[in-house]
Amino acid sequence: MTELIVNGERHTVDVDPATPLLYVLRNELKLNGAKFGCGLGQCGACTVMLDSDPVFACLIPIVAVDGRRVRTVEGLGTAEHPGPVQRAFMDEQAAQCGYCIPGMIMRAQALLERKAGASEDDIRQHMEPNLCRCGTHMRILAAVKRAAVTMRSAEKPSRQREAGR
Amino acid sequence: MNPHTQTKLSRRRLLQTGGALAVYFSLRDPLDALAQGAPPPKLPGSLDKFPLLDSWIKIDANGAITVFTGKAELGQGIKTAFIQLAAEELSVEPGDLTLVTADTGRTPNEGYTAGSHSMKDSGTAIQNAAAQVRGLLLDLAATRFNMPREQLKPQRGTVVAADGRVLRYAELVAGLDLHRPAVPGAPKADPKTYTVIGKPLPRVDIPAKVTGGLAYVQDMRPDGLVHARVVRPPNPAAKLKALDSQPVEQMPGVIKVVRDGSFLAVVAAGEFQAIQAMNALSSLAQWEGQANLPKQANISDVIRALPAQDTVILNQGSLGQASGRALKATYHRPYQMHGAIGPSCALAQFKDGTMTVWTHSQGVYPLRDSLAELLRMPKEQVHCIHTEGSGCYGHNGADDAAADAALIARAVPDRPVRVQWMREQEHGWEPYGPAMVTEVQAALDADGKIADWQYEVWSNTHSTRPGGAGNLLAALHLAQPFAQPAPTPIPQPEGGGDRNGIPLYAVPNARVTSHFIPAMPVRVSAMRGLGAYMNVFSIESFMDEMAALAGTDPVEFRLRHLEDTRARDVIALAAKEFGWKPNEPLPKGRGRGFAFARYKNLAGYAAIALDVEVERETGVVQIGRVVAAVDSGQVVNPDGIRNQIEGAIVQSASWTLYESVGYSEREITSRDWGSYPILRFPAMPSKIDVHIIDRPGQPFLGTGEAGQGPASAAIANAVASATGVRMRSLPLSPARVKAAIGI
Ligand code: FES
Ligand code: FES
Repeated sequence: MTELIVNGERHTVDVDPATPLLYVLRNELKLNGAKFGCGLGQCGACTVMLDSDPVFACLIPIVAVDGRRVRTVEGLGTAEHPGPVQRAFMDEQAAQCGYCIPGMIMRAQALLERKAGASEDDIRQHMEPNLCRCGTHMRILAAVKRAAVTMRSAEKPSRQREAGR
Repeated sequence: MNPHTQTKLSRRRLLQTGGALAVYFSLRDPLDALAQGAPPPKLPGSLDKFPLLDSWIKIDANGAITVFTGKAELGQGIKTAFIQLAAEELSVEPGDLTLVTADTGRTPNEGYTAGSHSMKDSGTAIQNAAAQVRGLLLDLAATRFNMPREQLKPQRGTVVAADGRVLRYAELVAGLDLHRPAVPGAPKADPKTYTVIGKPLPRVDIPAKVTGGLAYVQDMRPDGLVHARVVRPPNPAAKLKALDSQPVEQMPGVIKVVRDGSFLAVVAAGEFQAIQAMNALSSLAQWEGQANLPKQANISDVIRALPAQDTVILNQGSLGQASGRALKATYHRPYQMHGAIGPSCALAQFKDGTMTVWTHSQGVYPLRDSLAELLRMPKEQVHCIHTEGSGCYGHNGADDAAADAALIARAVPDRPVRVQWMREQEHGWEPYGPAMVTEVQAALDADGKIADWQYEVWSNTHSTRPGGAGNLLAALHLAQPFAQPAPTPIPQPEGGGDRNGIPLYAVPNARVTSHFIPAMPVRVSAMRGLGAYMNVFSIESFMDEMAALAGTDPVEFRLRHLEDTRARDVIALAAKEFGWKPNEPLPKGRGRGFAFARYKNLAGYAAIALDVEVERETGVVQIGRVVAAVDSGQVVNPDGIRNQIEGAIVQSASWTLYESVGYSEREITSRDWGSYPILRFPAMPSKIDVHIIDRPGQPFLGTGEAGQGPASAAIANAVASATGVRMRSLPLSPARVKAAIGI
């Protein structure tokens, strides 16, 4: 039995502890966001956040996430109430087939949570592990930049509040 | 029931509903004309093959509208564009429509979703059918209001009369019979009044895709789902010699090992269990037989030496008259792969004698027919439903995965089976884009114009799509295998290997020969643009070489040979937006390139200008700014066009700079993204701007494959401009660039 916390919810799963996190998310928890792309850590289609880091869910055995916080694209928002990064991807129409996009969003989310002021160059370097075959890259970059702006401005008032305390 | 009986029936029904409508139809009924011996009038787009209106549009008793297309969403945004067309012509909001895509049980058979045909074939059909349905609704309202049609206006699902009376479509449908043939020339909305067509409607599929909604065949989890994996032979020629599958059958979760000749698969309750079982099975299987692949290094020679069927596809004037200087060049393209990010996947269920397959195939009907042959079942009992997958860019493993799923599902009746290929399988077994060779020679006249043009292209087929069970990978591995059907060339004007082989430029004396090579050293098929990518790369590289020979700016040189004003317009626009100036001095290591093509010489126009920086020490080519100008005819969704062209440029940049399938004499060695690298974020261009020339009221030309050819040549031309060295072998990899510039 392995316990994992996914998008804030606690789950106990009974699978072979060697099972990669990706299959547990997709099959046991029925979450579509993380995708199988290569199973080799080469494409990023399976990217999710583990605590605050982007990781390849296809490589991490479930036993290694026991008790840790996993976040998937489902945890950021819904079609009706998207999170800021999802919103930015919609606003920029940053998808063709879209298969790579949840992984892109999770990798970007991890960067922007750590560094809302990420530069264009930061973003390009940070996104390097994730592949897109449709050539949606320019829109993905635009979406991440757009999300950086909204997340920065959302952050400022709360910083000010903190400073005022 | 034949269509004619249907018409008669529907006319009888019509006669009961009102005189005005009956007159309208008896005057225009195409099948009446047919009955009287006249040839049937040509109907627009795919309506010509499927003339019944209710093949395309149904309105139920509550007024709910469903639109049907035989084309599939591949990530190109086609669903959104079709909804826009139907919404505009039916005068409803896009959100008020439901669109059903490729499904052998529900939609017309529009063949493959390929060749940038969707807008032209299906879009045109939907637009015209919708326009006619709106006319019928107006006619019905006219009868009900007892008012001339001219005093009625459709408006958001209603018909509004000049005197203010309103009828909802739902109130009119009782008298509406759409089971009738379309007529040519149904009046369409005036482009000047468009409120939905031509607007950047957000893509209908994106919200689910960015939030983890159910969006792909990979995401389907019907009750009772089981997981399967296939074990492929180590090389294309290997046969399964011996296998003791007993240990695998005892593994946790394993339901069944499926074996038919050399086709091998395993079914398990859990997905990871299926993968572990696949690995175990793979290590237990003993194979015999070795492939004999050609040497990668001299694939061009191998291709050229194979027996060919030659066709002269252009022969005009008489060669050998040119007085000016001449040039000759040979260009090479390696095998390249589609390389979907998500490996091929399919679900199948064999229940009550029917095989249902959910597939991301580009052609559900041809696949259905091929599966029926493979399974030796009547076509009627095979049902293929298109469900989106990862972008495919042509004929990849989609159909083969569907065949795997069907064969496995037959072995575990009643259960839905999900098969997904592993990355190594996708890389190793998808049918690649063919290796090609082209040779061109041309000579100038005294005025610096091309007088003589000779062009030859050598290529395998660009389609081994099913089309026959033998084009499904698993069919080759069965105990009773199916033979692969003999490939045939795709004829001009669209062409296959010779697609875009004929220059659009005005050349008085020209001869273009297509060498079609039936024997395939490596399994190949349709990859985005087919031969156009290579032919445009060759012709547009060579145009720059000829411009240099003529001592002219390459943009000016192209215009000098172009009569087609729409071609001239995209070239002028791309040059202007880029800020192209003849003979502009550039910093060392920097170069700029230009290229143009009209896809298939009959579809969308695209011109591209870009700049590059070449790092001399490494041979790395970094693309800077890219400007494209495109004319796809009437624009339906400008952002959709932009998205497609941006994607085409980036994808083509990856093909052009990085990609070549690796193989030894025994096996394919490009088995993952490490051994088949593609463009990643740090290497992206700094900027891509796409400018669209809208042509209101003109036919849709399609966009999906317009950009790849010009992008490749623009890059090669920019590299030549930066380094002074002309590179004619794809890809322009750092090692090759470095070698070419001699460092
Ligand atoms: S699927 Fe995990 S990196 Fe590709
Ligand atoms: S949008 Fe298709 S792979 Fe990225």
